[in-house]
Amino acid sequence: MLEYDFMRTAFIAGGLVAIIAGSVGFFLVLRNLTFAGHALSHVGFAGATGSVLMGTSPLWGLLAFTLAAAVAMGLLGDRLRGRDVAVGIVLSLALGFGVLFLYLYSTHATQATAILFGNVLGVDLETLRDLCMLTGVSLGALAFISRPLLFATLAPELAEAKGVSLWLVSVLFLVVVAVAVAEAAQVVGVLLVFALMVGPAATSLRLTSHIGLAIGAAVLLALAETWLGIALAYITDWPTSFWIALLSCTAYFLSLTRRAKLVARG
Amino acid sequence: MFAIELDRVTIARAGHTVLAHVNVAIHAGEFIGVFGSNGAGKTTLLQAILGLLRPSTGTIKVLGVAPARGNPAAGYLPQQRVSVSDLRLSGWDFVASALHGERWGLPLTGRAGRLDVNRAIATVDAETLASRPLCELSGGELQRLLLAQALIGKPTLLLLDEPLLSLDPRFQQATVALVKRIQQAERITVLFTAHELNPLLDAMDRVLYLGQGRAALGTVDEVMRSDVLSRLYGSTIDVLRVDGRLLVVSAQGLAETDAHRHHA
Repeated sequence: MLEYDFMRTAFIAGGLVAIIAGSVGFFLVLRNLTFAGHALSHVGFAGATGSVLMGTSPLWGLLAFTLAAAVAMGLLGDRLRGRDVAVGIVLSLALGFGVLFLYLYSTHATQATAILFGNVLGVDLETLRDLCMLTGVSLGALAFISRPLLFATLAPELAEAKGVSLWLVSVLFLVVVAVAVAEAAQVVGVLLVFALMVGPAATSLRLTSHIGLAIGAAVLLALAETWLGIALAYITDWPTSFWIALLSCTAYFLSLTRRAKLVARG
Repeated sequence: MFAIELDRVTIARAGHTVLAHVNVAIHAGEFIGVFGSNGAGKTTLLQAILGLLRPSTGTIKVLGVAPARGNPAAGYLPQQRVSVSDLRLSGWDFVASALHGERWGLPLTGRAGRLDVNRAIATVDAETLASRPLCELSGGELQRLLLAQALIGKPTLLLLDEPLLSLDPRFQQATVALVKRIQQAERITVLFTAHELNPLLDAMDRVLYLGQGRAALGTVDEVMRSDVLSRLYGSTIDVLRVDGRLLVVSAQGLAETDAHRHHA
């Protein structure tokens, strides 16, 4: 299957996205922010369809919207806690706008499916270049903030006393999440970002109790699920996103049974 | 030079005066038990010493200088703790997250850092907890790891906010004994807030009692007296000695020193 250009591009794009999704996902799960990842991807839908309407690349529209939403969420911070209804209504408005933009753009069916459920086999070289740059920048940013981020996540009160700006760390992390969400949506679509960002990280956190190993395992799992998903899609002709979601879900529930066995053994 | 010095300090929180013109001087190496009812200003006092809150009037000096966030000399065990009890992370990694966690970059420990983390863990006798996941630890075991976290960086001042809360009496005594041992071995100053006085009776050098915005500092015999506490509360308070323990009784019944016994 590697003799085709589009397959090679898909494997490289999937790999780039898996690396950032797995590592960002680890902190997302650790900080109990998985819902934020989900929310950002929904907001991104409006951005993606909006830029299709304007004739620009959906990736950049998605990114603009997820970044704006991430900064807003970071600035509101704790005030968002317990505002599930307000957040949910804003999210449905974002999806509503997405639908409107699709309606205004005449040939909407294929574009909508690609944005909602991803189309990694359709990634062009220009998008690949953008993904490469975004992964590089966001990985660098994540590495830069990872130390205070870990401290602020595990011991926020102590971190604040030791001079960590909880607010700054939180906003910077959400910005990195926004980039990761926009990238992940290119592979699995805005509706299945959870499968690639949360699934591998949640699984790895059940497999090891060591932070370094857990991040490494999350990245490897995300890579394996993405590449295997693309390969299975090539063989079966079923959608890549279906296979990735299935693999992500299977890995997570297998890790749950392992845990159950450990408990049973005492 | 005092380890901690408050000179006519007034601190307000959300428009409400918590401490008013408080004077306190604590010597280096002292073990101070800090008491008072809910809202009396125990946490406020610790946060002001850490530089998280600024007094509206008066001056605070910590080891001779104005308090500032990020003071490496101050170790802190906060009262509000993030729920880590469902995480599978190891105790070692949890403690190590506090190692220069204020610096940007990757959370690499390095050789010196690993030794510092190991030393802090050994100080609280938590070697066996280090390799276990947090979700399998009891409240008392997690408490020891939090204490280890506070000891990262070899602080000379240890601020412990309600470390006995939600611990059963056996673990309360063990925690007090552990802190006392650390205070003596490392010659550090300890401020230990608690609801109940009795578990700390043998460990404390002096008592700091807060009430109605005021503070009374002195030995147990100097502070735990009917006239001193009555003046502090502005109402009649009796202090009873029963079987080597102190019971604080107000006109309305048993005051906070004993109120928590029912929950213990």
